[in-house]
Parts: sequence; structure tokens; C-alpha cells
Amino acid sequence: MLGYILRRILAVIPVMLLVAVFVFALLRLTPGDPAAIIAGDMATPAQLERIREAMGLNQPLHIQFITWVGQLLRGDLGTSLISNTPVSSMIAARFGPTLSIALLTILMSVCLAVPMGVIAAWKHRSAADYAVMSFSVLGFSVPVFVIGYVFILIFSLKLGWFPVQGYTPISSGLGPFLLNAFLPALTLTTIYVALIARMTRANMLEVLGEDYIRTARAKGAPERRVLFRHALKNAAVPILTVIGTGFALLIGGVVVTETVFNIPGIGRLTVDAILARDYPVIQAMILLTSFLYVLVNLVIDLSYSFFDPRIRY
Amino acid sequence: MLKKVTATLLASTILTGAAWAETTVNAVMHSGLRVLDPIITTAHISRDHAYMIYDVLIAQDSEFQPQPQMAEWTVSDDSLTYTFTLRDGLKFHDGAPVTATDVVASLNRWAQKDAGGQVIMDRTASLEATDDKTITWTLNEPFAPMLDVLSKQSALPPFIMPARVAETPADESITDYTGSGPFIFVEEEFQPGISVTYAKNPDYVPRDEPADWMAGGKVVNVDKVRWVNMPDIQTAVNALSSGEIDYIEQMQVDLVPLLEGDPNVTVEVREPTGMQTMARLNFLHPPFDNEKIRLAALKAISQEPVLAAMIGNPEFYTICGAVLGCGTPLGSETGAETLTQGGGIDEAKALLEEAGYDGTPVVLMAPTDLVALVTQPVVISQALRDAGFTVDMQPMDWQTLVTRRASQGAPADGGWNLFITNWMVPEISNPISNPMLNGRGNDAWFGWPTDETIETLKEDYIAATDADAQKAVGEEIQKHAIDNVLLVPLGQYSLPQARRNTITEMINSPVPVFWNLQKAE
Repeated sequence: MLGYILRRILAVIPVMLLVAVFVFALLRLTPGDPAAIIAGDMATPAQLERIREAMGLNQPLHIQFITWVGQLLRGDLGTSLISNTPVSSMIAARFGPTLSIALLTILMSVCLAVPMGVIAAWKHRSAADYAVMSFSVLGFSVPVFVIGYVFILIFSLKLGWFPVQGYTPISSGLGPFLLNAFLPALTLTTIYVALIARMTRANMLEVLGEDYIRTARAKGAPERRVLFRHALKNAAVPILTVIGTGFALLIGGVVVTETVFNIPGIGRLTVDAILARDYPVIQAMILLTSFLYVLVNLVIDLSYSFFDPRIRY
Repeated sequence: MLKKVTATLLASTILTGAAWAETTVNAVMHSGLRVLDPIITTAHISRDHAYMIYDVLIAQDSEFQPQPQMAEWTVSDDSLTYTFTLRDGLKFHDGAPVTATDVVASLNRWAQKDAGGQVIMDRTASLEATDDKTITWTLNEPFAPMLDVLSKQSALPPFIMPARVAETPADESITDYTGSGPFIFVEEEFQPGISVTYAKNPDYVPRDEPADWMAGGKVVNVDKVRWVNMPDIQTAVNALSSGEIDYIEQMQVDLVPLLEGDPNVTVEVREPTGMQTMARLNFLHPPFDNEKIRLAALKAISQEPVLAAMIGNPEFYTICGAVLGCGTPLGSETGAETLTQGGGIDEAKALLEEAGYDGTPVVLMAPTDLVALVTQPVVISQALRDAGFTVDMQPMDWQTLVTRRASQGAPADGGWNLFITNWMVPEISNPISNPMLNGRGNDAWFGWPTDETIETLKEDYIAATDADAQKAVGEEIQKHAIDNVLLVPLGQYSLPQARRNTITEMINSPVPVFWNLQKAE
């Protein structure tokens, strides 16, 4: 197991290197000029050229690449070309909101979706099943910003229960954190509940038709035990994959939700950096996101062995 | 358990509310602040930031007249020597007094970046700190608009920084944000593109005169001002309705009805002059290297449909053919009748025929990601097609546009023929600093006109000693700029601001400022 983990972690290095080369090349091939953002609309071409020179953007590409990789190897993600702020501190400031909203969303989604999926499969073709399926279709189909605005209209503007926007770190207290984080998490939860509930239902339906379920029922096992110990545990592997991928997507940044609720998260940082062609920030964000995906996938793979003892590494 | 959770939530809310309220003004500005150096960039948000934390030597009032701010001045009889004397009580945020040496260093850095500053420096014999409080600026030849350039409120005002900061090369960003203005930049709370906080400068000594645009006493009546960037204006509107923020600098006109029924909110036009939207043609390549074809394009366009598509509500736009802006001292609309009244299409067709236009496509760069620039290219494309032009409208993001507009290559090889941009009217109201009126070929602004006449007219403006003479030259500049199509003015607009009614006494200057205003509890 330890050897497997080590091998997987070592495999990250060539992946990251490939991503680094790809991202660097892609960004330099994309039209755009961070110097133009800094200089503003009134700058003459000559002034723009001088700023580009001062920012090191006129250096040959291979020199820029070597400089960047050298910085990376020293653990330095560089400095934003636009705001002159260290990229690491920008990411650190933005990662907290994204991670906390992602965790809250996944927690709420799993707590709601798994029981819903189990009930839908258990009461197959009943009103409960149709209700869960309808909710899933709705959750998938309605754009997230519409759900966000509707929640804001009801819970913030009409009822006044939650603020319209903003983010308060959990270090300021659980109450203020939840007041700000609940609505965006609830908005995202509607999508993830739809996704996870459907996956749970489909896999539970498959497992509930297995011989060992009939055997369990025949030997008189209580229905709750049949559902949660025998069926759900065996249906868990694909559900876990969906949850893991969903979590990776969430921590990669959910730009629309972050925008609607004005959360200073990773998604907005990335989009703003792309619009401004802030190369060091974009490069760091894509590297970080790739690394997180690899990490989340590793954790998912390792968790399979907990649910399915046949899987051994 | 539920009661306990609710109680905790309520207690936290009350605590947060108490810390939030007091006299903090929460404002949503037109964009997020990222660049903190107001000299390296002409971005409006960086300028607005600079007005918070820096002070200026002299400043423009609502009549566009220079007034003392940090300094009083005298001019020698031969108009060659300007002596500025710093007023008492000026201190930087680190406690150090503002000295003439700081001012000279700041002016030198500013003059390297600003077009007007460069013109002054071309005529400068010496700029020196005569003593701690006196700056003596001696010119080689009289320069009548000297004080207008030094007092301009936008792109770029000469903000005064400590000498150690102003010694930073002009093409490198500063990293020390010590100013002497009415607010102090709270560096530890700054999140680029997200939020920025300013605390009241307790040591700031305002002038005694009442505030008048950028001039007069900058009296701060609140403890803190916090700018929160909200990329979604709908979110900002919701937050204003719920009282989470106090102020939105620029509303999208189509969202105004959402706030009109709110008794706690006022929607109003703050700035009387507003913005100019305009088209720029590329003088280097066909078809717009031909004067008649340029004029045909101008005659083909009418402002009304452009502004109707862009803004919609006539309450927020003004038909204006003035190259130097309507509502400004030099604003004149001579020669722009077809732009303002329409009906130039036949003239445009005749000009095209006379010029022998061969159908060379007009490559029009159309940004897709900036709301304020999305509609004009569509309307203009159709107007040009109606006149007989072949138009190749190419959609792209603004970043691609600003890169591509720097290309002097042929339109087919990654160059361009036409694009649209917007300016704040005070930025283009002076012929010296209006980028469109630079006729120095490769050294001119994108589009690169070589136009000796406009350069001569600007010299005439510099030599004009009184307002009437300046206005007469302004009229000539207007006529020439339209005839040679240095730009196509597309009209003026003002995006309204929205504020909670608890915010009062805001100054209606084109640059949004936070001194003078009051916030009721």
C-alpha cells in the first residue's frame, strides 16, 4: 500500500512537468498582453513597449520558461504581473473560501443525496422515486446562477435570513461563516444532490437485484441492514468516484457561483487572471488544479479498498 | 439544540453587524483594483485609488479651473517661472513632512509618463526645490496651459509621493504606498481584484474652502471606506437593496428599474460630463489611408442608433459631436452635423464613389467581453455596409483587441482598420492630452495619423493666452479633427450611480471621491 502511494506520488512529477510545458506554451501562443492592462488605454505604443521590457516580457520564451521553472523548483510561484503581489499569497487568500464552500457543499450533498438515492431505489417506481428523479432532472437542468438568484430573492431579500453576498472565514466564528456560506453551498448542493442521488439510485437498483440481497432478505435480515450494509456498501465504489470528481471540480473553482455570491475564491482568481493575461497566476492555478485532481483521484482510489475488500494495492 | 444554534447565529450576526456598521462606507466601484501605481497606468480605478491616498499640488474645480490644493502658486510676469508654495501641515502617512523635494521627484516621474507632462518638460529650463516648501519651475518659453495640465483630474494627475517612492523608474510599479492624502491605504486588508480598505487619515489637514470637484477642503467624515469588487452587477444591486453595501459607482442602465421602487435607495447621474464613446480608424492601411474614404465612414454613421443600442434610455446619453467633449470649455460640435442629426448616407456614398473605393474590407475589431463596448461595433458595421463599405467585423476579447491594435501590419496580416473605445470626458477635453489629437505618425496613438496641421493647431493652443483665444483654436481643432477623421465621436453617456439614502453630500465630480460625504447611522 505504502509503495503504491509512493509510486502514485512520484508519477505526479512527469504529469506536472507536462502540464507546466503545455500551460506555458498555450499562454504565450494566446493573443494578449499584460503590459497593456497595466498601461491602460491611453498609453502610446512606445510606452507599452517600455513596460513590456521592464516586466521581462520581451525576453526570449525559453529564457522566460527556464526562469519560471527555476522559481518553481525553489518553491516560488512568482509574482502577479498585474498587482505585484506574490502568487502564493494570492492563492492562499483565495483557497480558504473555495475549500470551505466545497466541503460544505459535499457534506450537504452526501447527507441529502445518498438517502434520497437509496429511498428512490428501494421504493422503485413509487411516488418517492419519481419525486427524487424529478428533483434530479430539475437540479441538472436549471443553470446554477438562476438557482442562486432565486435563493437570494427568497432567503435574502424576502425573508432576510442570509446576507446576499460575501464571505466570512470560519476563523471569525461558525455562525458568521455559515450565514455567508450556506446559500452558495445550498445552490451548489442542488446540482450535486441531483448527480449523486441519480448515481446512488442507479447503482442501488443494480445491487438490489443481486442474489446476495435476496439471500439476506431470505435469512431475515432487517430491511435497513439489507439496504445500508449489504446494498449500499456494494454500490459505493461508483458513487464515491462521482463524489470525488465532484469535489475536485468544486475546489477547481466554481466561478459562476463565486460571482453570484461574491465569494473571493479560486474560480474568480483564475478567470480574472486569464482576462488580464496574468501569466504567473494562470500558470500557478493550472498547476495547482492539476495537482489537486491527481491528489483527489489518489484518495478516491485508496478509499475503494475500504468499501471493496477485493481491491488491494 | 436548534434554539442554541439560532442564538449563536443571531449573536454572531449582531456582533458582525456592529463591527461592520459604524462609519464604514462599503462601495462597489466600476472594477477591481489591481494596479496600485497611478503613474504607470491610466486605469481609472488606479486613479480613483490614488485620489484616496495621495494629494495633488493643484486641482480642478467644477468650472475646469485650476485651484490651489497642496500649494498656492505665482507666475512671473514673463510667464516663464511658476513658483509653488506648499501649505502648512502637509504630512505623509508615515509622519514625515511633505517637502518640495518630494514634489519635484513626483513631478519628474509623472512627466515621464504623461503626454502633457512631456510637453511641459520639453519646455522646461529647470524644476527645483528652492527650499523645503518652495518649488520653482522655470520654462524656456511660455506655456499657457501649464496649470490646466498640472491640475487635470484624470490620465494622469500628478500625484505627490515621497521622494524615495517617486525615484522608482517610471516603467516599474511602486511597492511603497505611502501618500499624504485624506485616506490611508490599509495594505494588510488589500486583496487584488477583490477588496481594498482605506482608513481616515487623522493627520490630514483639509483646506478651508468648501469641496468643489477635486478642489477645496477634503474633509473626511467616515472612519473607513471599503471598496468591494462585484463582477456581477446584479449581485451588487441585491446587496445595495439589502443594505450590505452603501454605494454602486456605475449601474447598468437596464438594471435601474430594479432600484427605482426602493425607498431606501437613490439612483442618480453623478457626473455631468460623463464619458465619450468614439471610433478610431487606422491611417496606415487601405481603405482608411484615404481621407475621402475616412470621411465617408464618418458621414455614414449617426450617433442616435449607436447610443440607443448601447445605453437605451435617453436620460443617460447625449448626442454630442464635439471632439473635445460637450460641456467642456472648448467643446464645439462644428462639422459633426451628420453624426448628431443623421442623414449623411448619400454624402458617404458619393465620397466613396469619388474616392474609387474598391471594396477593400474594413476589419472592425469587436470586443465581446466588455458591456460598454459590445453594441457599437454591430451598429457601426451596419451603417458602413449601408453606405457601401464591405465590413469584416471580427469578434474578440478585449485583451486580444489591445494586443492586435498595436500591430501596424496590414489588416489581412493581423492588423486592423477600426475599433471603438470610451474615454472620460475630462481626459479628452484638452487638446494637449487628448490621445486622438496626436499627429506624430509612429509616435501617435494607435491608428498612427501623420498630421502636421493638428500639431500646428496644438502649438497655437499652447500659445493662446486667454480663454477666448483658446476657444477659437479649439474650434479650429474641432473642424480639422472631423475633416481628417482623427476620430469619430459617437456621443456621450453617463452611467448612473446608486446609493443608500444614508449616504449624503457626495461630490458630483467625474472622478468618484469619498471625502465630504456623510453616512447616517
